[in-house]
Amino acid sequence: MGANAGMKLDSMYQEIILDHYRNPHHKGLRDPFDTEVHHVNPTCGDEVTLRVKLDGTGADAKVVDVSYEGHGCSISQASASVMTDLVIGRTVVDALKVQEEFLHLMQSKGQAEPDEDVLEDAVAFAGVSKFPARVKCALLGWMAWRDATTQVMEGQK
Amino acid sequence: MTHTLPGLLDTDAIRKDFPVLSRTLHDGKPLVYLDNAATSQKPKQVLDALNRYYEMHNANVHRGVHVLAEEATALYEGARDKVAEFINAPSRDEVVFTKNSSEALNLVANMLTWADEPFRVGPGSDVVITEMEHHSNIVPWQLLCQRTGAKLKWFGLTDDGRLDLSNIEQVITEETKVVSVVHTSNILGTVNPLDAIVRRAHDVGALVVVDASQAAPHVPLDVQALEADFVAFTGHKMLAPTGIGVLWGRLGLLEELPPFLGGGEMIETVTMSASTYAPAPHKFEAGTPPIAQAVGLGAAIDYLNAIGMDKVAAHEHALTAYAIDALKSVEGLEIIGPDTALDRGAAISFKFGDLHPHDVGQVLDEQGIAVRVGHHCARPVCLRYGVPATTRASFYLYSTPGEVDALVAGLEHVRGFFG
Ligand SMILES: Cc1ncc(COP(=O)(O)O)c(C=O)c1O
Repeated sequence: MGANAGMKLDSMYQEIILDHYRNPHHKGLRDPFDTEVHHVNPTCGDEVTLRVKLDGTGADAKVVDVSYEGHGCSISQASASVMTDLVIGRTVVDALKVQEEFLHLMQSKGQAEPDEDVLEDAVAFAGVSKFPARVKCALLGWMAWRDATTQVMEGQK
Repeated sequence: MTHTLPGLLDTDAIRKDFPVLSRTLHDGKPLVYLDNAATSQKPKQVLDALNRYYEMHNANVHRGVHVLAEEATALYEGARDKVAEFINAPSRDEVVFTKNSSEALNLVANMLTWADEPFRVGPGSDVVITEMEHHSNIVPWQLLCQRTGAKLKWFGLTDDGRLDLSNIEQVITEETKVVSVVHTSNILGTVNPLDAIVRRAHDVGALVVVDASQAAPHVPLDVQALEADFVAFTGHKMLAPTGIGVLWGRLGLLEELPPFLGGGEMIETVTMSASTYAPAPHKFEAGTPPIAQAVGLGAAIDYLNAIGMDKVAAHEHALTAYAIDALKSVEGLEIIGPDTALDRGAAISFKFGDLHPHDVGQVLDEQGIAVRVGHHCARPVCLRYGVPATTRASFYLYSTPGEVDALVAGLEHVRGFFG
């Protein structure tokens, strides 16, 4: 039996996900920005171009803006939208903790109990973690954000 | 709903040979397998041949005098005979077994990487491919060019999914050493006019390689009529197991071009300082080959021959025409590739409104319908037509008009789901 045989599709396509897909938050590339990255999901052709603008340095660094443009499935688009809600306005240190928590959720194969206080709307992606082919879609925007942010932080040293 | 399309095979009978086709998925929905361009299902006859080989005959080939070794060798070489006859090769020695099409294409590219005159590829020479190639027929040539200093050129595509050969004389020139082109596109379904390409290439003295991965399973393939120099295909798309592919090459070329992989089986004599090589095809088959898989390919060819490749082709042609009409009636659906069944294979890619293929494929899967979504290892085609990916339905000899209807109904459900 395949890993998702018999699984309900609704567990992946939560209403929150479809809402973010239809009306993505913070979408479009904006100025000013510190760095821009381009990430692709080689197996399916999803792509995202993402910019970050930080303020401050080291432990005080704050995420001022995250803007992005891309094309991809509902999961990748909704996930990027949720991610921007979660990281903009936080310190880099805090935002990275949220990112770790989301990564952990996505690697859990449906086993993790997501912490709604930390992940907010992103808990809706718990069901996606049961569909191995789609985990990369959910992570695309998050990985692009982490990469961009790390580049800016490294550049400050 | 019953369908009487002229040319259809007796799929009720054929489907009984394929155990997996009677599976149900997701709470009892019958499997509708429309991912045949990625890989085909396997009939009992092939699975039985694999089992019989392992249960009765298993041994290494070409080494040993015992009964099993002789039987295994006869079965493996017998499979080579079947392949040779299947593609109308002038000689069985022209059939090189590989692991798949990718390895077959890499093998040709590597023969040329190391070749001496008159085949040497280097600075000042060109390698020609097309924009509709599978990555397996792009990357080996990029590597060849990077390693030898040759230049890579390619034919572009027309808006309706065909090769643009209007500039053939500028693309294939005296500098061209090799032209490698796909017979039938796995993403667009296009069947290419190989005769024009072969003629021009041979006029300028270039070798022609044909990627027949999507042709060998579906239409009668005659390498002599094709007049190419090398032809590659892969067993798993034509009812055989994974792990077996074929490179056909003209004997004179196989004799002259250098080996790529070295090892057991491919040698004549070995000393510590140098070796001489076995004649083709063994020169290109280093190490223990995929023996059971070759036997399985032989059984697959027997199965296809019993039905008749012309009948397989007619079945798929009728079904493709039916599917194109049915899909064109779906609102918001746009076929990427030729939108008629003329000069076309049974893989149909499409765009469905603004929905991403991943979402389309996932909701179809929930209804038991297996399609492929993504760039189908032909990303330049997606770039050319401005789509990140496509949804692709592809048929084979066991596919039915009822399955086309299921796809159309499934797409309506997808629209409702995201609507
Ligand atoms: C046109 C074409 N060429 C090459 C290949 C590569 O085949 P394989 O993966 O078996 O090497 C494929 C199949 O994926 C194909 O469709």
